[in-house]
Amino acid sequence: MLKFLEKNLPKVVLAPAVGLISWFVYGFVLWTCYISFTNSKILPKYELWGFGQYSKLWASRKWLIAVDNLFVFTALFLIICIVIGIILAIFLDQKIRAEGVLRTIYLYPMALSFIVTGTAWKWILNPSLGIQKMFIDWGFENFTFDWLVNREMAIYTIVIAGVWQSAGFVMALFLAGLRSVEDEIVKAAKIDGAGLFTVYWKILIPMMRPVFFTSFVILVHISIKSYDLIVALTQGGPGISTTMPALYMTQTAFHKSQVGLSAASAMMMFMAVAAVIIPYLYSELRRENAR
Amino acid sequence: MQDNISRSSYKQLEQKSKYTNLFLRWFLYFVLILFASYFIFPLYVMVVTSLKTMEEIRQGTLLTWPSTLNFESWAIAWGGRGYGAGDTFLRPYFWNSIKMVVPAVFFSTFIGAMTGYVLTKWRFKGDQWVFLFLLFGCFIPFQAILLPMARTLGVLGISNSILGLVVVHTVYGIPFTTLFFRNYYVSVPTELVKAARIDGAGFFKIFFKILLPISAPIIVVTVIWQFTQIWNDFLFGSTFSFGEAAPIQVALNNMVLSSTSVKEYNVDMASAIIAGIPTLIVYVLAGKYFIRGLTSGAVKG
Repeated sequence: MLKFLEKNLPKVVLAPAVGLISWFVYGFVLWTCYISFTNSKILPKYELWGFGQYSKLWASRKWLIAVDNLFVFTALFLIICIVIGIILAIFLDQKIRAEGVLRTIYLYPMALSFIVTGTAWKWILNPSLGIQKMFIDWGFENFTFDWLVNREMAIYTIVIAGVWQSAGFVMALFLAGLRSVEDEIVKAAKIDGAGLFTVYWKILIPMMRPVFFTSFVILVHISIKSYDLIVALTQGGPGISTTMPALYMTQTAFHKSQVGLSAASAMMMFMAVAAVIIPYLYSELRRENAR
Repeated sequence: MQDNISRSSYKQLEQKSKYTNLFLRWFLYFVLILFASYFIFPLYVMVVTSLKTMEEIRQGTLLTWPSTLNFESWAIAWGGRGYGAGDTFLRPYFWNSIKMVVPAVFFSTFIGAMTGYVLTKWRFKGDQWVFLFLLFGCFIPFQAILLPMARTLGVLGISNSILGLVVVHTVYGIPFTTLFFRNYYVSVPTELVKAARIDGAGFFKIFFKILLPISAPIIVVTVIWQFTQIWNDFLFGSTFSFGEAAPIQVALNNMVLSSTSVKEYNVDMASAIIAGIPTLIVYVLAGKYFIRGLTSGAVKG
């Protein structure tokens, strides 16, 4: 017995991590998957019920709104974060004075929780005392900015706060990418008469393809999971206009006690994330093996 | 010769574009500072608002500087008004978060270090698949494990307790801590380990004598990453705890959403700052390591 332990010590040490992840990640996902095929209400039931929960889910107006919001939010969040991130990274890469200070400022929101961020933006965006009042006091008497309480526009306030939180992160990724390009390439292009604009547009940005890919994966991942920010900023309101899948899942499970239905929505989220992550992991692993 | 020509033509080029360059640089700084103000704006507003009285808040705008620095809202946010029931304030929840973060960070970092060590220095057939198996845990949407986790904590009798949250955060931190240590130890020459093995050093001796002494940077990265993640968590905290066992982010959210007759924005902002300040301090003091964790936590390798 002792001999066995000694010989297999590395595997014994590995066992807790593998065991915990097998149970708490894979086992739990399978459990959720199973429950999504049952007619569970408050307590889980174990007789299979087929795809009933899924058809119920896709017939639910609230879920459709959530999915719709997810697409709108993801598209805007992705595009704006990447555009701001690239601009800031390129500008910071020009031997800027006080680069360290600026970088610190761009990135500090990442250190804050979405609840703190949401609380701050909720105060800034509230129509009675926030930005709207600021502009009115400055003399723009007809200025209105009531997105936070406007059904049509509330989802965009989540974009504003989300971009504020994550754009600096994309900047950091691109800055690291630009810094890893060899100086010689840029110099050679300049000697050939390429202006700075051409150097970036034609040479450096195309070279950043892996960084684009990484940013895309991370940002999509953040947006599918986004929950805290919505809770703090709008709680899904006004009405249900800013519901997103993650919020739908917890509300269905813990407020409405429809465990089967919420498991189905969790599985939809899981599949969406897997569709983005598995190709990413695959390509990363291939790149590493090629090295 | 060739080199000389190219160098001089390069210089000429630089000369020509001197004026355009000057304009570009002003434009550059303008844009950079514009964005800096966008990022600073909410923090400024939070601090300023927390120092005003409600009267001042109603009269001025978001940007107005307070007439006197009034720390009363900070005191209320931290210690309450002292009228007993219904008086929520952050102090007890701040300590809850500390009691949750310290053990969870310690255990997840330790397990990650050992796992990363085995996966790089005691390689075996299929170890890459084991790594991938663990790595996938970084990405699962936690909604897919919330329901079974809630039941498991109930069965174990640790739902709605700090211990329960410690377990949850330790388990779901393992994929990240493993990733960090594995990628760090990969770059440590295996010859060192092989030589030590020939000298008769065992599994643990090699870890503690050779790898641990050079692990300081990655330990810092991992601890900062885990600290920030767990401190800022809301999903687990709000699902698995309520009332007295809640961590600070949950308490902050409850405080802000509680519908008292008059909304006290100054107290809300002071509370938000208190909940955000520990991670902010870590970020300012150890930004370099924070960014390293961010980029390698997200970008493998």
